[in-house]
Amino acid sequence: MIDFELSEELQVLQKSVREFAAAEVAPYCKAWNEEERFPHELIPKLGAMGLLGMSVPERYGGAEMGMQAISVVVEELAAVDGSVAITVASHNGLCTGHILLAGSEEQKQKYLPQLATGSALGAWGLTEPGSGSDAAGARTRAERLADGSWTITGTKTFITQGSVGGIFVVLAVTDPAKKQHGITAFILEKGMPGFRSGRVMEKMGLHASDTAELILEDVRVPDAQRLGAVDHGFVDTLRILDKGRITIASMALGLGWGAYKAALAYAKERKQFGKSLSEFQAIQNMLASSATELEAARLLIRRAAWLCDKGRRITLPASMAKLYAAQAAMRACDRAVQIHGGYGYTREFPVERAMRDAKLCEIGEGTNEIQRLVISRELLTKGDLHVSGLT
Amino acid sequence: MNFEPTPEQRLIADTARQFAEQNLVKKAAQRDRDSEFPAAELAKLAELGLLGVNVPEELGGAQAGVVAYSLALSEIAAADASVSVAMAVTNMVAEIICAFGTPEQKQTWVPRLCSGEAVAGAFALSEAQSGSDASSLRTKAEKIPGGYRLSGSKLWITSGDRAGVLVVWARTDGEVPKETGAAARAGKAGKKSAADGISAFLIAHDTPGFAAGRPEHKLGLRGSTTVPLTFDGCEVPDGALLGSIGEGFKIAMTALDGGRIGIASQAVGVARAALRAATDYAKERKQFGQAIANFQAIGNMLADGAVQLEAARLLTLRAAQYKESGVPYSRAAAMAKLYASEMSGRVCDMALQVHGGYGYTQEFPVERYLRDARVQRIYEGTSEVQRLVIARSVLKEFSDHIS
Repeated sequence: MIDFELSEELQVLQKSVREFAAAEVAPYCKAWNEEERFPHELIPKLGAMGLLGMSVPERYGGAEMGMQAISVVVEELAAVDGSVAITVASHNGLCTGHILLAGSEEQKQKYLPQLATGSALGAWGLTEPGSGSDAAGARTRAERLADGSWTITGTKTFITQGSVGGIFVVLAVTDPAKKQHGITAFILEKGMPGFRSGRVMEKMGLHASDTAELILEDVRVPDAQRLGAVDHGFVDTLRILDKGRITIASMALGLGWGAYKAALAYAKERKQFGKSLSEFQAIQNMLASSATELEAARLLIRRAAWLCDKGRRITLPASMAKLYAAQAAMRACDRAVQIHGGYGYTREFPVERAMRDAKLCEIGEGTNEIQRLVISRELLTKGDLHVSGLT
Repeated sequence: MNFEPTPEQRLIADTARQFAEQNLVKKAAQRDRDSEFPAAELAKLAELGLLGVNVPEELGGAQAGVVAYSLALSEIAAADASVSVAMAVTNMVAEIICAFGTPEQKQTWVPRLCSGEAVAGAFALSEAQSGSDASSLRTKAEKIPGGYRLSGSKLWITSGDRAGVLVVWARTDGEVPKETGAAARAGKAGKKSAADGISAFLIAHDTPGFAAGRPEHKLGLRGSTTVPLTFDGCEVPDGALLGSIGEGFKIAMTALDGGRIGIASQAVGVARAALRAATDYAKERKQFGQAIANFQAIGNMLADGAVQLEAARLLTLRAAQYKESGVPYSRAAAMAKLYASEMSGRVCDMALQVHGGYGYTQEFPVERYLRDARVQRIYEGTSEVQRLVIARSVLKEFSDHIS
């Protein structure tokens, strides 16, 4: 039977994360963002809550959650602060997710427990200065030496946790002739000779999240640091990105929802012309549009997460959820700023920050334009409009 | 969490789809051109149980629930929106009678609606001066010995000239509302409001004093008739009163909550047909040496259409599921109706654009889809009314949460 609601277990999780965010994030996140400071002090608390090893099996110290649960967690965190949400999302989904997906037993035993507790933060390096949406255009090169070890040279950019991370998964070209089918993943650790973080990027939003360049100059690693099969990195990457899109969609939803709730509260409280803003149809219309679109986004996300947990192919539903949620969030944030008027444009209220943070969701883990390419390709090649078998 | 319909729901949807593809698609364009009422098609829908999908079996219905109804209605709408609107209103009238009727009223009308004997049901609320502001209606029902005498007129009544039975709303308070805003405010202050003076009646099509006028010429839905009704000393027995005196407004609002799920389902169906047409055309049509589907400009349009269609479908199914499970669904239905109707307008317009000049001709069905879809933003509560319903609901929830 159709049932779009969270299970009791997920409702309990939702409540506990909401309380955690209210107690441990909400009082401080304004300052973190304004100081553009990564909240190192929060990391052990996130780890203790099980939020740094969400999809990691219990035997490696993780919480062994499914995608529906991860989606709920990220949404709740983002409703309070986008930076914390993206930190958690990228740490779990990208770096940890890649090791989970492709790692050897030895690699899992070595890295997953550190990642799950937060004793090391994870970062994931795909994007390069000249290679964004066109991931196959990567230039970072890994060459095999006679003894079977590797030397990696190149530059990565826009890497979340790039300067604060301890464990890195980096994609490098191993066979340029094979384009995207000539890319391999490697696990690097902070402090390896030749490997350092470069410039920390100054961003429009997500100021309490760390985004940096990675510089690799003849980084020598043994073959044991290779993650997954040679030349198989890009295929694994696509699978990781499918899931990552559900997470970024959830982050967008949280940001939009947080801004919408703030606007709702403000509209009730603020009086003009002798009555609350909420009594004016012009304001009611904006609230109704945001509520409706965010609900639609939530259903698309839940369906994608549910399909993911069922082990089904999620390329189409995940792209749909991500594209829609990111746009719905931007509109909801924009309306929230508008409802707040001049105050909304100031840092006194959180909605301008949500709006700046939400913009990333239209860009990161596949831009809106890439999502549309994915969706139209699926539609045109599969001819299947009935994504989950709903008629 | 579960996004799969049950086998029974799927069976009903598949039955509706098969019927629509085999029996409706072919002549839909002709019915549109000739403004031909789909009497034979409705009779076949009745045979399949589609005129009483959410009606108990003992009253002749399929008793398959609201989700099945929504899925089936989308399938019919994907083939011919005009047929789907007659189906939707007939189901709605049957459901209202089930919900508010006496055992006798149920026995009299519901099996005849489900079997097709009554042809269709009609829902007569709107008047020339009373649209979104339904409580300002003026048709009056005076008490006479043994019954009521109705006088007044109605407008925009779907299937009003074909329906065997009509639900008609009329004032039983003897008032003539002048300024309903004042009446509503009086209502808030605990005085009698305009809405409290409205009652609902079940009227057979052959009741003396009742007449249906000439069908309106419309932008779309031309296979559906939309007529004015007049009541001139139309006398009905006491047994025609549906619900109790003064309960009419509540009955209308309850029916419209459910009706919105119907319109949302219709919008999903029409938009799906439009998206399918656009996708097929884009793959076939070649320009600059390749299929236009290969151009990002076209692919983007299809992708945006597909995403919005999926969002609308999920909102609609959620509202249907809420109603089926007996949880409050007024807000969910308004969201589904608002979003799906606006989506179908955008998607049908996009589909026409993808077809270029051909789309503007009647050689392809997309211009009809666009015309048919346009009314979805207007009937059973305009988009503006849906936003009011949603806003009131979220603001109330917020206040309740604070207090």
